[in-house]
Amino acid sequence: MENKTPFYEHHVKAGGKMVPFAGFLMPVQYQGIIEEHRHVRSAAGLFDVSHMGEIEVRGPEALKFVSYCTINDPAALEINQVQYSAMCYKEGGIVDDLLVYRYPEHFFLVVNASNLAKDFAWLQEQSKGFNVTLKNTSNEVAQLALQGPKSELLLQKICDLKLSDMKFYWFGTGKVDGVEMLVSRTGYTGEDGFELYFDIKYAGQIWNALFTAGKEFDLRPIGLGARDSLRLEMKYCLYGNDIDQTTSPLEAGLGWITKLKKAGEFNGRDVLLKQKAEGVKRKLIGFEVEGNAFPRQHYKMFKDGAQVGEVASGVFSPSVAKGIGTGYIKAEFAAVGTPFQVEIRGKMVPAKVAETPFWKHSSIKK
Amino acid sequence: MNIPKDLKYSASHEWARIEGDTATIGITDFAQGELGDIVFVELPAVGAKVSQNKPLGTVEAVKAVSDLNAPLSGEVTEVNRSLEGTPDVVNKDAYGAGWMVKIKLSNAAEAANLMDAAGYDKMEKHGH
Repeated sequence: MENKTPFYEHHVKAGGKMVPFAGFLMPVQYQGIIEEHRHVRSAAGLFDVSHMGEIEVRGPEALKFVSYCTINDPAALEINQVQYSAMCYKEGGIVDDLLVYRYPEHFFLVVNASNLAKDFAWLQEQSKGFNVTLKNTSNEVAQLALQGPKSELLLQKICDLKLSDMKFYWFGTGKVDGVEMLVSRTGYTGEDGFELYFDIKYAGQIWNALFTAGKEFDLRPIGLGARDSLRLEMKYCLYGNDIDQTTSPLEAGLGWITKLKKAGEFNGRDVLLKQKAEGVKRKLIGFEVEGNAFPRQHYKMFKDGAQVGEVASGVFSPSVAKGIGTGYIKAEFAAVGTPFQVEIRGKMVPAKVAETPFWKHSSIKK
Repeated sequence: MNIPKDLKYSASHEWARIEGDTATIGITDFAQGELGDIVFVELPAVGAKVSQNKPLGTVEAVKAVSDLNAPLSGEVTEVNRSLEGTPDVVNKDAYGAGWMVKIKLSNAAEAANLMDAAGYDKMEKHGH
């Protein structure tokens, strides 16, 4: 039996096609993935991401604990700043990727829906010996992602924070339609936008307020299908496809969030230091295929007749109108421009390692 | 759900309009809805021999790919070339402009293996 987010009835009313996803019934699409995808790139779209998991970390050793459990450096965060990070096992595989929000006295972690139970149990296990308390607030928090170049103008109509002062990956606490909430300039689409976290009891009010304010911007609800094609055009990782416990952040191209020199011990450091010194044997690359064949997860990648990798994510890209994907390939073939083949239903289809992100015209305001 | 009464249906969601010894074939309204935005349809060459319940092409949507199976055996006499440029016609008009191939039947008796509209409706409602 799947859970429902507080927006379930709104999705059904808006014509959402509901499918089971990560234990929830979620809309995969409303009008169609391509149209929704393009709408987010050109105007504004609203995603229900209430299925994501939220965990509070409080206590005198909250910073030390979050630093021990994540590979990025939370000590580098200022108050009201957000950080994309990942949690690793001691062996270097990825527990999950997440957002870390720094408050004056505590941290707020946002993890993947499908990993919430695993993550919370793992964090509890890691917390032994640290003076911290953990609270899973997922069932109390509604989360919406407003994404697209018109997001700021739209949200400003009903938000009392001065959004033009909020930089990418920062957050504030303010009121939207009179309801106090966390507003962060974050998202996973490659467009400017905001994520809103608020008490679940205001779900209907906020949904309606956003669509009322969004009328002049043609705000539309967007499903999981477009969420996936949008994130893949940016080569943002998806847990379960691009990263999991068998992949390390260095293999996944997440070296930029892997702070090996930060102060203090952290899970996975020894393995990651060794990988960094020796070089990784495989890398997650972005690629595009020729013609009207589209890569899908687990398709095999070949070079000169030998298998050299496997597709992690694949999709028809609405923005570049090509089959694009990510895949783990032997490191010697990972350079941009390297030709290889993807086996697509028995046929060897020409492909090449592409520059990423695939989408170059992002509206993100850094 | 749109299930025209004058067509025959396969368990893998293809439809066949049988007229004499020829059948026009496509995928059902239900199938196009499940697949979502269709971005490419790979069809066989005219003259290809196809067998009942065996793949004769593929239908690519943004997120998924599906075999197009032959609901009946025979030889391909015509393919819908307009789908090369506008595959989304299948989403808009699955039983009309979104038709895929025409075949000359080699065994008309195979039609007995297909469902009528009521049978297909029943199967679909049971979640297959």
